[in-house]
Amino acid sequence: MIFGVDFASMLLGGVAAGMVLFIVSVGLSVTMGLMGFVNLAHGGFAMLGGYAIALAMKHWGFSFVTALVFGFVLTAAVSAVLERALYARLYGADELDQVLFTIGLVFMMIASVTLLVGPENQPLTLPPFLRGQINLGIIQYRAYSVALIAIGIVIVSVLWLGFERTRLGAQIRAAVDNRRMAESLGINIARLFTITFAFGSGMAALGGGLGAEFLGLDPQYALKYLVYFLIVVAVGGLGRVSGVFWAALLIGVLDFALKKYVPQGGTAFIYALSILLLLWRPQGLFGARSA
Amino acid sequence: MTAPPTGWSDHPAARALAGRHRLRAWEPIPWLLALAFYFAFPKYLGFGTEVLVTILFALSLDLVLGYAGIVTLGHAAFFGAGAYTVGMLAKHGIWNEPITGLILAALVAALVGLGSGVVLLRTQGLTLLMLTLCTMALLEEAANLAHDYTGGFDGLDSLPIAPLLGWFEFNPLYPRTQYLYVLSVLLVCFVFVRTLVYSPFGQSLTGIRENILRMHAVGAPVRRRLVLCYVLSAAIAGVAGGVWAQANAYVNLGTLGLDRAATVLIILVLGGHGRLYGAFVGAIAYMALAHFLSKIYPTAWQLGLGLLLVVIALFARNGILGIVEAAVRRQHAPRVT
Repeated sequence: MIFGVDFASMLLGGVAAGMVLFIVSVGLSVTMGLMGFVNLAHGGFAMLGGYAIALAMKHWGFSFVTALVFGFVLTAAVSAVLERALYARLYGADELDQVLFTIGLVFMMIASVTLLVGPENQPLTLPPFLRGQINLGIIQYRAYSVALIAIGIVIVSVLWLGFERTRLGAQIRAAVDNRRMAESLGINIARLFTITFAFGSGMAALGGGLGAEFLGLDPQYALKYLVYFLIVVAVGGLGRVSGVFWAALLIGVLDFALKKYVPQGGTAFIYALSILLLLWRPQGLFGARSA
Repeated sequence: MTAPPTGWSDHPAARALAGRHRLRAWEPIPWLLALAFYFAFPKYLGFGTEVLVTILFALSLDLVLGYAGIVTLGHAAFFGAGAYTVGMLAKHGIWNEPITGLILAALVAALVGLGSGVVLLRTQGLTLLMLTLCTMALLEEAANLAHDYTGGFDGLDSLPIAPLLGWFEFNPLYPRTQYLYVLSVLLVCFVFVRTLVYSPFGQSLTGIRENILRMHAVGAPVRRRLVLCYVLSAAIAGVAGGVWAQANAYVNLGTLGLDRAATVLIILVLGGHGRLYGAFVGAIAYMALAHFLSKIYPTAWQLGLGLLLVVIALFARNGILGIVEAAVRRQHAPRVT
């Protein structure tokens, strides 16, 4: 029984972490799948969004929920401007140029935040109703983790519906599968990409804010967790919402469990596993075989 | 074109191709300058040594990135493999002779390159990028875990490196020996890389970079060439790591980190990749800027570096040497070769 409770609490914590990973990574997956753009600045958008949320709550007295909305909108708007002005020039360019450009962008984000706000960790105060424990019948668990799981489920359902059941979603799927054909059919790829990019960055901002409670929030956030986001995207398969979801859950639970039971060497196991998974299925666990 | 086949060898393009590998008149100048630096700035020899090691590391990356077109974020894996080889052998009293130590470092790094290259180079694009990154992270994690052998997070310091050729002591405070030693190692490796890239093998690497499908179609053993190039580059990176560990008498996890891998990529692209001297120009420009700016204004330095990268990626894709080349070409514009 003790083991069962232990296991359940580990699973809950891992799933909550996985949800945050999913919320941050989903935009990266779709934009990479859509334009083949290696966007290493995605973690930077999560960091910027997290800061917007934390600062809005601290200085302007926003409530947690309005701050989340504010962070989403602000980051989406900033990223849309960046996408039109800069990213769009590098579509179809060499991977190397994209890597350099986005690394440069991350450096600028980190340095600007350090200059404007400071290098220290930004605490994010949760509202009272998300603090403390909640009774789940068999176990008591942290209310915030449970809330994260609920939010994650809502988001993945909405995204899935939007992706599978709306016109825009169908256009995105068409463009991921065959961009030229989609373009020939009159889908405005440039507009589609701006919308997806802005939305994906907004989601990253949301993830940055929601995850700040256990991932922390400092300027280095942009690079610290980038490898995790990239692993989730690569394992999940490019441009697949459901793939990213399962990959994020897998990595989240694994990481949580390994940190708990094998504090030494857990991370090495994740890297080794991702290498094996990517060698076995280079297109990702859930990605379609590329033609 | 009505010229008879024998006339082709007189064609300007043919002459340019046939003479590409010849030594230019200016090519000894950088080496003479490096020697002059030794006499002119005895106080900056430590910094000079660091620059020379960085040039060597960037040169090894140029082989895979600039010539074979493999975009990797994990090149520090080989630098670290070389550095830890030298460090662990010296610290545990197994082997501390510098030159043979470097050969061992090259061998170990080449083995890591072979093991990872054979499997990684089957993939391309994002998957390849991720795999190089994960391999390096895995090595770093392994070095962190095996702290009984590697010193873990603290690394290994005061490595007892034997005097060079049994005569010249490595003194960390007065790195005169180190400077000349690293300079010689760099010269040997540079001659090797220079010969390699102008050889038929180097030509086929450029072919693979430019059009991999066509190289497959003409029957070139693409994968084997890529793996060989990856292994050679890993060996040189291993030498760079080994020589770094010897010159500084310590190794730490930083030799294996993403920071080092990203920095060397930036340096190479800043100088100009796919050009033999890009590594030189990039390393000197970057290190000089970093040395003076990063200490005074670390954050502004990062901001400026980011801006520089964005500008290079958007407007100056061939780095500093690319800008120079374009300027030279404009001057000689009337007689196009």
